[in-house]
Amino acid sequence: MADASTATTPTSATDVEGALVAEGIVKRFGDREALKGVSLRAARGELVAVIGPNGAGKTTLLSILAGVQRADAGSVNRRPEDVGWVPQQTALYGKLTVAENLRLFARLERLDDPDAAVKGMLELTGLSDRADDLVAELSGGNRQRVNIAIGLLGRQDVLLLDEPSASLDPRQRERVWDFILGLTARGTTVVYSTHDLQEAARHAERVVVLADGEVLFEGSPAALGEVVEREGGTHGDFEGAFVAFLRHRGH
Amino acid sequence: MRWLLLKDLRILRRSPGLVALLVLYPVVLSVLIGFALSAGPDKPRVAFVSLVPPESGELDLGNERVDLSRYEERLFSAIDPVPVECNREKRGDCRRAAVDKVESGAAIAALVLPGDLTDRLQGVQALAAEGPPVAEVFYNADDPLKAAYVEDTIKSELRDANLSLTTKFTEVGLSYLDLIVEGGEVDVPLAGSVDILGLRRAEQIVERAKAGASPRERQRLERVARFSRLARENLDLSGPVLRSVREPIKVRTVALDGGNTSLSSFAVALAVAVSLMFITLLLAAGTLALEREENAFPRLVRGLVSRTALLLEKTSLAAVCSFAICVLMLLGLGLFVDLDWGRSPLWVVALAAGALAFGAMGVAVGALTREVRAASLLCVMLSLPLAFLALVPSGSVSPVLYDTTRAISALFPFKPALDALDAALNDSGDLGPALLHLAALFAAFGLLGRLALRRFA
Repeated sequence: MADASTATTPTSATDVEGALVAEGIVKRFGDREALKGVSLRAARGELVAVIGPNGAGKTTLLSILAGVQRADAGSVNRRPEDVGWVPQQTALYGKLTVAENLRLFARLERLDDPDAAVKGMLELTGLSDRADDLVAELSGGNRQRVNIAIGLLGRQDVLLLDEPSASLDPRQRERVWDFILGLTARGTTVVYSTHDLQEAARHAERVVVLADGEVLFEGSPAALGEVVEREGGTHGDFEGAFVAFLRHRGH
Repeated sequence: MRWLLLKDLRILRRSPGLVALLVLYPVVLSVLIGFALSAGPDKPRVAFVSLVPPESGELDLGNERVDLSRYEERLFSAIDPVPVECNREKRGDCRRAAVDKVESGAAIAALVLPGDLTDRLQGVQALAAEGPPVAEVFYNADDPLKAAYVEDTIKSELRDANLSLTTKFTEVGLSYLDLIVEGGEVDVPLAGSVDILGLRRAEQIVERAKAGASPRERQRLERVARFSRLARENLDLSGPVLRSVREPIKVRTVALDGGNTSLSSFAVALAVAVSLMFITLLLAAGTLALEREENAFPRLVRGLVSRTALLLEKTSLAAVCSFAICVLMLLGLGLFVDLDWGRSPLWVVALAAGALAFGAMGVAVGALTREVRAASLLCVMLSLPLAFLALVPSGSVSPVLYDTTRAISALFPFKPALDALDAALNDSGDLGPALLHLAALFAAFGLLGRLALRRFA
């Protein structure tokens, strides 16, 4: 298992092949402890949602799992290049076309057939007819689709998505989720963060609730519902109950 | 790295406005700086009035006639003469008209040569009591820099004219001395040609007279002969003395440092160094900061490209682009300034070394600032002071301040790049130390950039 403070250390995951294992991740920004010994385990083909309020540490956790940031303590069993990552903010070149962005990253990923990968991703994201448009001229939703497509280019067996559907309309969101569910069905492990409790409940097999850098809950969406109802009481809807649950836990 | 390089070139190609600005701004700026340093102000516009009557345009110096218009022509080559229309027979009118030209702004100065110029010069020669002629200069002192320049120009030209006339007068004086010593004929107005005996012939006559003279008369004649001999011998020595009066102190100038680069050649090196600095810094810093602004940096460095490779790519991109532009600039400047094309391999080496050092500094700036606007602003704010610091001449400030400017200049690539280009273009010194200096700065700024990338994302 790799020490996450040196996240680029290569590690072969033998006992949990195809899975993601993070243990005791700690991240500090000055005096503030953003992650307080967070552990996360995702099995092969599992779809795990990380939910929590703003500032809970969701993006920091995914960044460490992706190898973008270094943890101050803890370990991750995957090398950064063995994990697909879709950042929350679109990471694209506005002066390049959709196809050029995809082709650039396909080449940097050293894919055997970059052009075929580009074509596949254009079809997947429904952007074939916009392939030659500059990314700067796309809507926010379409940019996010290209952003996701680039994260999927490497076809790694672990995929991290940081709020993937935040700027998509319902139809685009549905298309992306169909694709993600297709990946998990083929054995890809997917960990994603979201604000949307309904989205987490609808798609995730397991939910991890983060608040102030601590894991408050880990289990199935149904189990989360029970805990929220028990600790958050009846506030009319699930979101209200969830907020009350966080408050009950001291957050 | 190759794909990133191609990506950046494609982005640049699609930003024609930015590229045009990036290229034109430093080129125009550097050419302006170069011209400002290499060329003085234009010839000053000077209202010129000569009240000397046309028939008095020649000066009679002994057996030689000197045309005074030659001195006017020499003066006109140094100034832009503004014609003054006036009645030359009325001295006051012309003087007033010349002053009006200055006061109205049509001329920055006026030079009035008096009508008795020739007569008075002639009088100087004849040891007349009137004294030398007086030329009047009126100038506008609103602009102190220009006024000083005009004053210097006119004084310098009049000094040259005075020196020329002094030479002529000296030669005339020497010819008179020669006449006294050796004897000969001289033209005297009204009297015509007059034979002058001369000391040598007088001495010979006295020697011959001594033979038939009584002892007492011989003794007296001997005294006359001795006087004549001593006078002749001492007057023979007066020639070198009088000639040395024309230039009592001769000046021998020796350049101790910096070779013999002409101002225009140095201006070329300076213009290219400034362009190289601007283009490379802005490109390197801007393209690196752009990776962060586009949020692409985290995606790139998580296994696709190493941070060091990314820095090298941005440095190379900026260096290659600025190198190409500066080579074109040199080719263009070569049409106007005489460059030694045989040294072009050295230009390439100096340009490449300078571009790489500036590139490393640029990525360090980009990594530290993390935003394109901040990076561009810092590059511009650093560039101009660095250029001026490197140009502070010794002796113009206190030794401590000069040492400080040299120490600060040594920390950045501009001064060594300028030295390298000057050495390569003009053979003004050893290229090696400047290249080593640039290599050290390339390594230092590369390291600084790499450290700054730790907090870049």
